[in-house]
Amino acid sequence: MSTVESEATAGRGSARAVAVASSIARFLVIAITTYLGLLAVTFFIGRVIPIDPVLAVLGDRAPANVVERTRREMGLDLPLIEQFYIYVKNALNGNFGTSVLTTNPVMTDIRRAFPATIELATLGTLIGAFLGVPLGVLAAVRRGSIIDQIVRIIGLVGYSVPIFWLGLLALVLFYARLQWVAFPGRLDIVYEYTFTPITGFYLLDALWQRQWDVFRDAFRHIILPASLLGYFSLAYISRMTRSFMLNELAQEYIVAARAKGLSETRIIWGHALRNAAVPMVTVIALSYAGLLEGSVLTETVFSWPGIGLYITNSLQNADMNAVLGGTIVIGSVFIGINLLSDLLYRVLDPRTKVR
Amino acid sequence: MMMEKFALRSRFLLAGAAMSALLLAGAPALAVTPADTLVEGLAIDDIISMDPGEAFEFSTAEVTGNTYDLLVRLDLSDTSKVKGDLAESWTVSDDGLTYTFRLKPGLKFASGNPITAADVAYSFERAIKLDKSPAFIIGQFGINGDNVTEKAKAVDDTTFQFTVDKAYAPSFVLNCLSATVASVVDAKLVKEHVAAVTPSADYKYDNDFGNAWLKTGYAGSGAFKLREWRANEVVVMERNDNYHGEKAKLARVIYRNMKESSGQRLALEAGDIDVARNLEPNDLDAIAKNADLTTTSAPKGTVFYISLNQKNPNLAKPEVRQAFKYLVDYDALSSTILKGIGEIHQTFLPKGVLGELDENPFKFDVAKAKELLAKAGLADGFSVTMDVRSRQPETGMAESIQQTLGQAGIKLEIIPGDGKQTLTKYRARNHDIYIGQWGQDYFDPNSNAQTFASNPDNSDEGKTKTLAWRNAWDIPDLTKETEAALLEKDSAKRAAMYQDLQKKVLETSPFIIIHQQLEVAGLRKNLKGFALGPSFDTNFVGQISKE
Repeated sequence: MSTVESEATAGRGSARAVAVASSIARFLVIAITTYLGLLAVTFFIGRVIPIDPVLAVLGDRAPANVVERTRREMGLDLPLIEQFYIYVKNALNGNFGTSVLTTNPVMTDIRRAFPATIELATLGTLIGAFLGVPLGVLAAVRRGSIIDQIVRIIGLVGYSVPIFWLGLLALVLFYARLQWVAFPGRLDIVYEYTFTPITGFYLLDALWQRQWDVFRDAFRHIILPASLLGYFSLAYISRMTRSFMLNELAQEYIVAARAKGLSETRIIWGHALRNAAVPMVTVIALSYAGLLEGSVLTETVFSWPGIGLYITNSLQNADMNAVLGGTIVIGSVFIGINLLSDLLYRVLDPRTKVR
Repeated sequence: MMMEKFALRSRFLLAGAAMSALLLAGAPALAVTPADTLVEGLAIDDIISMDPGEAFEFSTAEVTGNTYDLLVRLDLSDTSKVKGDLAESWTVSDDGLTYTFRLKPGLKFASGNPITAADVAYSFERAIKLDKSPAFIIGQFGINGDNVTEKAKAVDDTTFQFTVDKAYAPSFVLNCLSATVASVVDAKLVKEHVAAVTPSADYKYDNDFGNAWLKTGYAGSGAFKLREWRANEVVVMERNDNYHGEKAKLARVIYRNMKESSGQRLALEAGDIDVARNLEPNDLDAIAKNADLTTTSAPKGTVFYISLNQKNPNLAKPEVRQAFKYLVDYDALSSTILKGIGEIHQTFLPKGVLGELDENPFKFDVAKAKELLAKAGLADGFSVTMDVRSRQPETGMAESIQQTLGQAGIKLEIIPGDGKQTLTKYRARNHDIYIGQWGQDYFDPNSNAQTFASNPDNSDEGKTKTLAWRNAWDIPDLTKETEAALLEKDSAKRAAMYQDLQKKVLETSPFIIIHQQLEVAGLRKNLKGFALGPSFDTNFVGQISKE
């Protein structure tokens, strides 16, 4: 290797490092601004809603003198801006205060609830992706055919039907009538007190501990809500796959591949889908993020003790610390997944590397 | 547009498919709860603490009633009396100020520690010094943080002495001591878990009397031990083998948080729960018709009412207050929205309480109401708002009242809201009309008399914020009468005073009391001994067994 060459390589390397550093810096600025915005919005919404947070601490029946004392103790008599300052200071230290409902620190509650949500959303996304991608591909390849129509109807219904309504219907049918799936919740009462989770992902924990009956029970509980979420993500994923595939199939390289006499299977699954896979990663990641934050209704309908149910319950009880903590955590996850899919996109698509 | 239409049509299609699948489906295999375990579906989302010195919600009352013991308890065979629980006997001094309780011998906490009079004294001390929501029930006898160790003290291991500041009616004092705030905690166990506190202007003690621990912990001696409470999820109780009374038949009782009536009904029919506790009339009907299930009910010390804020000049007119009492269709409500879950009741003392008055003079009468409105100069009616919590039966009642008021020209705008939201507004006296329920704080006529018929200071800064205060109803005379009834030692005379008070409130108050709550439960037929009590802390589960 000559000196000139190695200098040139070093030069390219440092230019690249600068590019990476600047994109990281840009991301950090966006992330920090988003965070501060999120903190401010959640805080002020929490303070302007016409619900007295003292009621959450004391319940409906507290006498007036106790209410006033507690208000002072909670610092609610301070000016709003001072309350916000204290709140941001604590939040930056990862301290979202104590949930008055559970009496635990909010972060402890979230650590317990989050695995439940991740487990549900992951299974939902897996179902959505494994069914949605092939369906989308089929629809694109057989464009205009009856298969295409069916896929589009499935997608449309998934888009337009409210999830809680479908959830209730599914519960009546599969739980109350057919008894194929179990009662809402994560486990049957019997196991709730004999099974000790390790990671909080019950399916994995049960497998790890070789507790097959627990695994079966956990599966019977998760399958219905996960299928529902999977259906909604399928609707989105299949539609996007279809349009990406149509886009790829119209490219010249496909014509060239056909001209070379490649089999249709190889052209579709090997060439077109491979190129369509790059934007698909973003679509699946976004759908995953959507399920993580959007499982609020599903969790409520299925009494699934995840972060969505936690926030819903907290909101109904004016447990503002918990609401704010939960919102921030979900916001962080959303920001994080966006970044991750952005990075993956760059890694997978060589064209985006050159800027 | 096309898309919307299509979406709508496909929604119907889907519903149709689901419904037909539903009809075709055969009878399912039944899930079964364990034989030694009772599983109840109950809305337990009101629980905020399990510390008996702090807990003051309806669900908590049931748990505390089953897990803690008291000196005295309500006598279920005659609820105007109390009977000994931990106390074997008691005497009242001649001046009516000192109550001396002798404890039963050989009592033990669930932990195995012996129960002594010192534990009772400590329980009173911590309740008063913590000064949480229910502390006033003991505090109203002139007891505060400075004098509690003197006023509630252990004379020896088995003798506890309680000294009050006035010669109150003994029935009043004893009824208050049967409230859950007077539950006896295991002092030795609690003291192992106290947390240090920096004293402040609002709280001058250096420790929390175990409050942080007891919020989810347990230190009692009841028929059941509290094993676990997870907010909005579950309460688990296990049999206490050290219990002084008859031992519980089941090993475990579990309350699952379920808010919806329909969900409870589904789970009960499927056998996932043994008892459903928050049923609405239509689900109750369906359960009553199911051969595997049965229902039971008991009148509770809770009344539903609407109240008219006297700050609103129209509502402040005596004729308008009267007119409203003729504009509620009590019979229609009772045959529809309240069917099975409420009994028409227009006086402020619920049935079963000393001094109850079972008089329901008001009937739906539009002509009479119009006459009254004309007298008040409001012949053409007026517009007014009502804050309504978005849940049943409040919503249904509000809609019925809206319709009946309309017949007399009163335009009612319903403002729906979350429970906490409407309550916040109500407490700040910012409402026109409020609809809600009121549960007694303790099983004595003074509890409701005080809130419905006394208002010592009607200014916005008034310290005693009774329901009369919340509705700005200024009533110095009734306030005095309410206080006088507290000092009447003769139970019969005392009862007569409350009856008199109720008649006056019935006639003139801005409160239109509509019904008394019937608590209902749907249960599987294999349960034996299930019974609901007259109050929430007397819904005992110790006697329940399964076949």
